[in-house]
This record gives sequence, C-alpha cells and structure tokens, in this order.
Amino acid sequence: MEYFLNEQQKTLKSLARRIAEERILPVRAELDEREEFPWGIMKDLAEADIFRIFIPEEYEGLGGGCFELCLAVEELSRVCSGVAVSYAASALGSFPLLEYGTEEQKQKYLPDIASGKRLAAFALTEPTAGSDASAIKTTAERVKGGYVINGTKQFITNGGEAEIYTVIALTDKARGARGASAFLVEKDTPGFSFGKKEKKMGIRASSTRELVFRNCLVPEENIIGKEGMGFIVTLRLLDRSRPGIGAQAVGLAQGALEAAVDYARKRIQFGHPIISLPVVQNMLADMATNVEAARALTYAVARTIDSGAKKFTEEAAMAKVFASDIAMKVTTDAVQIFGGVGYMRDYPIEKMMRDAKITQIYEGSNEVLRSTIAFELRKRKARQE
Amino acid sequence: MNIVVCLKQVPGTTKVNIDPQTNTLVRQGIKNIVNPFDTYALEEGVRIKERYGGKVTAISMGPPQAEEALREVISTGADEAILLSDSAFAGADTLATSHTLARAINKLKQYDIIICGRQTIDGDTGQVGPELAEMLGIPFVAYVSKIEEIDNGYMRVKRMVEDGHEVIETPLPTVITVVKEINVPRLPSLRGLAKARSAVIPIWTAQELGVDKNMVGLSGSATRVIRVFFPQRVHHGEILQGDLESQANSLINKLREAKIISGS
Repeated sequence: MEYFLNEQQKTLKSLARRIAEERILPVRAELDEREEFPWGIMKDLAEADIFRIFIPEEYEGLGGGCFELCLAVEELSRVCSGVAVSYAASALGSFPLLEYGTEEQKQKYLPDIASGKRLAAFALTEPTAGSDASAIKTTAERVKGGYVINGTKQFITNGGEAEIYTVIALTDKARGARGASAFLVEKDTPGFSFGKKEKKMGIRASSTRELVFRNCLVPEENIIGKEGMGFIVTLRLLDRSRPGIGAQAVGLAQGALEAAVDYARKRIQFGHPIISLPVVQNMLADMATNVEAARALTYAVARTIDSGAKKFTEEAAMAKVFASDIAMKVTTDAVQIFGGVGYMRDYPIEKMMRDAKITQIYEGSNEVLRSTIAFELRKRKARQE
Repeated sequence: MNIVVCLKQVPGTTKVNIDPQTNTLVRQGIKNIVNPFDTYALEEGVRIKERYGGKVTAISMGPPQAEEALREVISTGADEAILLSDSAFAGADTLATSHTLARAINKLKQYDIIICGRQTIDGDTGQVGPELAEMLGIPFVAYVSKIEEIDNGYMRVKRMVEDGHEVIETPLPTVITVVKEINVPRLPSLRGLAKARSAVIPIWTAQELGVDKNMVGLSGSATRVIRVFFPQRVHHGEILQGDLESQANSLINKLREAKIISGS
C-alpha cells in the first residue's frame, strides 16, 4: 500500500527496521525469557537519533510528530513490542512537558530525552484507579517552596529505569478529578522509591513497576501547567499517545503475519505446503486484510493529529481499539497456523500472542474506549437536534 | 587528531562472475557494500575522534559509484569523504592502489592516524595497509584489536598475533589495520543520514593528485591477473544402500579395492 511517506519518513522507517532486525531480533527471546530491560537497544536507538523524532528542533529533537513516532514504534514492534514499548513510554512521559511545560522545564529536560540519555515515564494508574482514573489517592500537598507527594503508583512502564517521571497527584482532594495536578519528579528525589517489579504475561523486556512516594518534596517549579490541570493534561496526553498503541499493535500483527506466511510455505503436510490448503489461505488473507486496515486507520489518525486538529479523542480511541483487537486476532491465528510448534517457546510466535494481549488493556481498556467513542456519537447527534 | 580511514566498495555477495576478457569482476547488477573490515576501521576512527577530538576523513579509490560507500560512512560518523576516481586508476593492483592512496594522503598534509581494515573481502590480500605505510615512510601495525592510549605523539595498541597478543607503542603518524574484534560498528543515525544526503564529496583525479600515470592503475601495477578460474569440483560421493551389515561389507570391499586396507 502506498502511504506517501516523505524522504525523512522513509529514512526513519528503514533505519528503525534495520535496528530491529540487526540489534533486537538476535536478543528478543533472551530478553523475554530473562525479563531484562533492553538498555543495549535503548543505547542503539539513542545513537541512531530515534529518541529525537518526537522532540521539537529547538530542544535538540528532529521535530517529527505523532506519525513519525508511529512509524518507529511499528517497525520496532514488528520484531519485539516489549522493546518498542520501553521506547514509546519515554515519548509518553515527555508529551505533557511538550504540551504544557514552561520554557525552563523544556530546556531542562527535553534535550536529555531527545538524546536518549534519560528515559521518561508517565504515572497515573494506582491500585484503586485503573479505568476510573479519578479514583487516584496519591496526594501532593502544597508546602513552602513546593509540594509533598504521598502515595503509590502501580504498573508504571519504564518504572525504575526512567529518570524523569510525570506523576499525577491530587492537590485538592475535595475537588476530585478537578483537583489533580501533574508533576515532574526526578529519580533519586528523596522520598521517591520503587516497589514491586511486575512479572508479566507479555512485553517482558519492558519494566513495569510500582512507584512509592513517602513525603517526597518536589520543587514548586516542577508542576506541569497549573494546579487542577492534571486530568486535562492526562486526557490530552492519552488522545495523543493512543495511535502509538495502534502502531505497536500493527507492527506486532505484521510480524506475526510474516512469520505465519513463511511457516505455511515451508510446512509440508499431506505432501504439500499447508499454504495450499484453502482453510489456511482464508486465515492468511483475513489476517493480511485486517493488518492493512489497522495500519491505514492508525496512520490516518496520526496524520490528523499532526495536521493540528483540535479534538481527536474519538479517532485516537478508534485506532487503538481496532488495531489492538486485530493484533490479538492475528497473533492467535498465527499460533494456530504454526500448530503445535507455535505453542512452544522455541518459536517466536507464542511470544507475539502474549505480547498482543496488553494492547487491548493498557492506555484505556478497549471497553472504556468503545464507550468513549459511543459517547462522542451520542453527543454529536444530540448537538444536531 | 587528524584521522584518515581508507575504505573500499566491494560486491556484497560471493556470487560474482568474472569477465573472461579482462579477468576482472563483473560489477553490473550487483549490490555493493562497504568492505566489512573497513567498517571497523571507520568506527575506530570515529571513537578516537570522540575520545580525543579531531576529524575523520574517509578516502576511497574506485569508480564513480563508490561515492555511495563514502555517503554511507558519513552517515556513521565520518566528517568528510574524498573519492579518488579516474579512468587511469582502473585495473590497479595493491601497489598501484597504495601509491594512489598515499598521494591523496600526502595531499591532505595533516594526518596523525591512518586506519585500514585488515583486508578486503574481494581481493583478500591485506597488502594495502602495509604498502601505504611504506610509501608514506611511517610506522605500521597490523591486526590491531585495541587502541589502549594515544598521548603526546605516541599511540599504544594491542594487536593480535597467532599465539596471543602484543602491545606495541608507535610514534605518530602511523598506519594501522584493524581486526573485527576491535569494536561493534554503529548503525547510521538520522542526523548522519541527512548529512550524508547533502554532503559534497570531492572527486580527486590523477591530475589533481599529480600522479605519474605509469604509477597508477593497470600500468602502475606490478602484478597481472593471468587467469581466474573456479577450482574444478570433483564429487563422486556414493551413498551405500541396504541394511547396516551389507553397507559395512560393501564399504570394506571398496576400501580393499582402493588398497586403503588389506587382508581378508
């Protein structure tokens, strides 16, 4: 399919693919098995300027947008989405700063994120607050010169590895969601430590950890935006990042599709390669069609965002929901085509199926996002009446 | 620190044909790559620059399309690149090649370290490095696996020899050839690729180098390739059939017939 990439985008795509094939492919099984954070690959990505693509040029980035980020994430996910998410989480952690940060904050943090010297992370989820983000309990109490943060964040991607965290905490408990604010917290701030490292089903190369705040004092200048803007920052951030999950799902599904086609051509049963069986052909045809449809939707949404659209909640949710459901279906079917060996950890295909599941869950579960889409439909219809 | 890296564009495959008329490689339709050993040389040059400061200049002698190889090394860290290209350079053996490279390096005037790969994967001679040092009248160290220190006009390197390592100190300027154990070459960067796209790569011809045409190309070569041929493949492998006992018996008979074993 022709997606009309410009020269820079083509270069980015082919370089990301090269890194994935030369540096990630040889170690992905081992990283998964050992649940090891891919620092070596983060360094390769940093040296290749891949962290620069989502940062504006004035902060030592290359000034790309949501679409460029999607291209990179897709190519990395095609080989290992556990590695890809570690990369993408740094973008997630820096978006609030990009959109709502002060000039001083941007100058202080963005160049290090662009060079890949420091990773970023975003911390919203808590044990009591998943889909219902307004149920967070972490507080940030105003004191002289800053804020004192107390509470525990859960399931934080890049937790423990990142050095710059965007943390959502309540500055006014009485106001609920309107009382939340966003803060930049650096690793090694006194009172900030890391709790349990999660053992996951998939994306096992990535780090998922608890963040623990005990009387953690952050300076006043570390608030992002104003007091009470925490949820606005969060909602905008997630609208912007969801196409990235779409791209992760598309890359993952693409990798599974390619592996399935390759295997179906080589696997001989009843004297013929199984790709000559209509039942296998049907599965592969549907897989390919769905992957392409998911890619087209994801790209279109990313480009809509980059074109300067004001509101794209619905579109962003669509890309994430559709692509992640496709990734789950395609990887499951790919395991089916591999048959018995597909179930074994000697082949990469079971890992892809394990890795796919999370894309339906994180950054807004698909159920919640479907209700978001429906809400927008209802609102639009009501406005017409 | 002025670092010069010499490199060659080579066919990226072993499936090449030989032109029966000229006994040279048929290069049409073959994807070319930077000689893999030279990528280690470039990487080490870039690392020296990152450690001690300076500039990395890549030089290659070859046909006009060798410019691609030079653009590639700009994307992985070379600051400048120069292509030595002239029809007079064609058909050069290692002697004529080294002569041409030496003239180019002299034209650069400033050089402290010259790095080459240990050998090319097409010619496989490993001669250009040492010949270059000889022509420039400077020291040479082959098979370097580590640069330990560069200080005060000296360089200390570790080099691989058959039964171990040697640590050698050499004054600068010097020529070294490197082995693949020395580093892991980096991938290109996005900024490097952008720089490579727009880089101006000067072409130095025989005239610009001021070389005697009898010293370069085929006429400057001390060797001639008389004939290139594939070794004839002799495979008369035979697979013995039958059960184990009859296979063993027939093998013994064959070995007796061939007078490899005797007795009954």
